[in-house]
Amino acid sequence: MIMKKEDINSNPDPRIIAFVCNWCTYSGADLAGTGRMKYSDNVRIIKLPCSGRIDPLFIVEAFKKGARGVLVSGCHPGDCHYTSGNYHSRRKYAAFRDLLGFLGIDLNRVEFSWISASEGNKWVSVVNEFTEKIKSLEDSSTDIFRK
Amino acid sequence: MARIGVFVCWCGSNIAGTVDVAKVAEEASKIPGVVCAVDYKYMCSDPGQNSLRKMIREQKLTGLVLAACSPHMHENTFRRAAVKEGLNPYFVEIANIREQVSWVHEDKERATQKAIDLTKMMVEKVKKDRPIEDVKVPLTKRALVIGGGIAGIQAALDTANGGVQVILVEKEPSIGGRMIQLDETFPTLDCSSCIMTPKMVEVRQHPNIKLYTYSEIEDISGYIGNFKIKIKKKTRSVLEKDCTGCGECWNACPMHKNVKSEFNADMSERTAIYVPFPQAVPLIPVLDRSACLHYKKGGKCQKCFDACGPKCIDFGLRDEIIEEEVGAIIAATGYDLMDNSLYGEYGYGKYKDVVSGLQFERLLSASGPTEGVIRRPSDGKTPQTIVFIQCVGSRDPEKGVPYCSKVCCMYTAKHAKLFAHKVRDSQSYVFYIDIRATGKGYEEFVRSAMEQDGAVYLRGRVSRIYEDNGKLIVKGADTLSGTQVEIAADMVVLATGVIPKKDSDRLARMLGISYDKYGFFTESHPKLRPTESSTAGIFLAGMAQGPRDIPESVVSGSAAASKVLGLFSKSEYEVEGTIANVNEATCVACFYCQRVCAYHAITGKEIKDRNGNIVKVVANVNPGLCTGCGACVSACFSKSIDVKGFMDDQIYAEIKSLGV
Ligand SMILES: Cc1cc2nc3c(=O)[nH]c(=O)nc-3n(C[C@H](O)[C@H](O)[C@H](O)COP(=O)(O)OP(=O)(O)OC[C@H]3O[C@@H](n4cnc5c(N)ncnc54)[C@H](O)[C@@H]3O)c2cc1C
Ligand code: SF4
Ligand code: SF4
Repeated sequence: MIMKKEDINSNPDPRIIAFVCNWCTYSGADLAGTGRMKYSDNVRIIKLPCSGRIDPLFIVEAFKKGARGVLVSGCHPGDCHYTSGNYHSRRKYAAFRDLLGFLGIDLNRVEFSWISASEGNKWVSVVNEFTEKIKSLEDSSTDIFRK
Repeated sequence: MARIGVFVCWCGSNIAGTVDVAKVAEEASKIPGVVCAVDYKYMCSDPGQNSLRKMIREQKLTGLVLAACSPHMHENTFRRAAVKEGLNPYFVEIANIREQVSWVHEDKERATQKAIDLTKMMVEKVKKDRPIEDVKVPLTKRALVIGGGIAGIQAALDTANGGVQVILVEKEPSIGGRMIQLDETFPTLDCSSCIMTPKMVEVRQHPNIKLYTYSEIEDISGYIGNFKIKIKKKTRSVLEKDCTGCGECWNACPMHKNVKSEFNADMSERTAIYVPFPQAVPLIPVLDRSACLHYKKGGKCQKCFDACGPKCIDFGLRDEIIEEEVGAIIAATGYDLMDNSLYGEYGYGKYKDVVSGLQFERLLSASGPTEGVIRRPSDGKTPQTIVFIQCVGSRDPEKGVPYCSKVCCMYTAKHAKLFAHKVRDSQSYVFYIDIRATGKGYEEFVRSAMEQDGAVYLRGRVSRIYEDNGKLIVKGADTLSGTQVEIAADMVVLATGVIPKKDSDRLARMLGISYDKYGFFTESHPKLRPTESSTAGIFLAGMAQGPRDIPESVVSGSAAASKVLGLFSKSEYEVEGTIANVNEATCVACFYCQRVCAYHAITGKEIKDRNGNIVKVVANVNPGLCTGCGACVSACFSKSIDVKGFMDDQIYAEIKSLGV
């Protein structure tokens, strides 16, 4: 599974996959749409019921299928539609990072954030900033899976 | 074999202006399994839906992908159309190419590519959709109301008047809550007990209300439609059905100087056997065993027993546990007041004539310790000058709480008015930070306290209070004139902040509902679902949710009742079928899923063979509790639990479709 550096060419148009919860971030992204806010078009959203549904293997799979960056976003702790689902995911994220790091994934390419249904502008800035970050990583290094 | 239809919507020019919809349809038609792909001006319109339905029929479609606006807009519209053609509604997926593409991107070629990607992704998802049936949960059409303050009383009466049986559980010996302790109420100054007592009596007499006073919730289990409740009915040591409330017992009780009256906010004493106040509902005394000589002196005193005509005092009675089943719960446990002694500078507890707002209510009340004549606690003299201090504990993140208690500005203005009405030539001063009087008639009410009743409002904080020669010297700042003020007062009244009822967090945990860091119950959505708790079937009312006044408490009580009546208007409760599902063949009963489930939806289920022997235990999902959040799925190492509608294989298929 581990890819070698020379196998991957730096990608000027990197694909970003975003796993977002249905209630907060998905609605936040909808709000950005309703507000006609413009943002980077590299991102593709996969909707989950709750950020608690996220599985570290989804992230690994996304990278395996060619994503250059993965964004995970749920509700703010405290206003999760599912009471405490996002507390679980928050606790899980810490464990995730270790696991992803162990698998050799460059953690700069994984971003966790909290975006509520009212934060269309935050969705835009998170996507834009993350895309910029991934693009600059593409310029400097091509590693997703560290050797 | 899947037969998928793809429908690309133009949304007028909303989508078609930025996305080449014909190209999306063309690309979609090349995906294996797609048998037709079309674009249309407005899919959500009647003709649009008709063309969709026609296509389902003619092409014998097994799944639909709508490349259109957000699923939050029209997913249900298209699902309904599919159902009309005999498809399971969950075989409809939406590729959101408006909010996520045409409205947020400008480059037509790249936007079109993204729209194609999102459409492909949904085609792969819909191929793996399985039919999902919504789950029907039976409903026990009885409601439990916890707390008999004005909010709980209103909720109970409205529910009962709607024809539903109500069980009302109140912790104290009488219902009425804080409101029955108040004298007159802002902003109309109607007498609290005059408007409250009839409601209390109505509760008592209502054929649909079963009242448990002096009782507490011991345990709650179950889920929406099917809660099981254990109620601890503390013993009053009185045979309730025989008691006539005549009062011979409490008049005979020798212990009349030892216990502070809770109802009078510690401003008077009560006997060991007592009713909290003369209009108590029910009018049946409670024998407070911690104060009773009978228990202290080995049975020597039994004066109340001797005095009681119907002989209904029984020193040996015990607490009872009563079990009830209900389908919905309303939590209306109200509030307490903060501890004033946190504010040493105000001298509460040190100087007798520094009292709380609630104590002042009792001094104003005709049923209070002074029969409505304002007398100060130290020497019983009627005060001529009173200083009122607002925001004691409220809006003070350091020592108190950061929130505004909402009722203090108003009740202080009320106190100033009532003081002026009761004591001629008196003078009141009010120290405030801001005046918050936003209800109907409220601003006018505060104005009239100043203009008609002569209250002097000083904007600023009090720094110190000390006693001098029988007067309370109040030192403070008037920030508007920039001067220091010193007032020699006869009494000081603190407008103490409100906090959730003691132990409400414990009750919340028992109910499985969420609460904020102070202990106020939190609503499912602060704006759009203000009466629902985070748990299905449990509703909220009154101050238990946060500071509010009587009108707002009544409104929320009625709102909660209407939610209960709405729920009960159906024969069964229908839950969306997108919930967790256990593969019993592979489940190894590790119950990791149970640990992460915030809704306590997972229990163990025994699998038995034909002879009734337990073969194994597996995880089991309660459809009444499961919300389909999916936290359990990633916790399961043996991959034995999945959430319908968001199955692992579907998400992997979506990821795969995005492969570059
Ligand atoms: C000094 C003062 C003056 C006020 N004056 C006014 C006024 O003039 N006008 C106005 O509109 N508002 C006024 N208010 C506000 C008013 O008191 C509240 O808005 C109102 O009482 C809230 O009603 P409630 O039913 O939510 O809570 P509560 O009145 O607190 O009732 C809650 C009930 O639940 C019971 N309970 C608690 N926990 C449990 C449990 N675990 N199990 C069973 N039962 C339980 C309690 O014993 C109580 O009977 C005043 C408040 C104060 C402090
Ligand atoms: S004396 Fe007996 S009947 Fe009268 S109030 Fe007391 S307990 Fe009830
Ligand atoms: S989906 Fe969520 S609510 Fe349902 S059983 Fe799993 S963790 Fe509990």
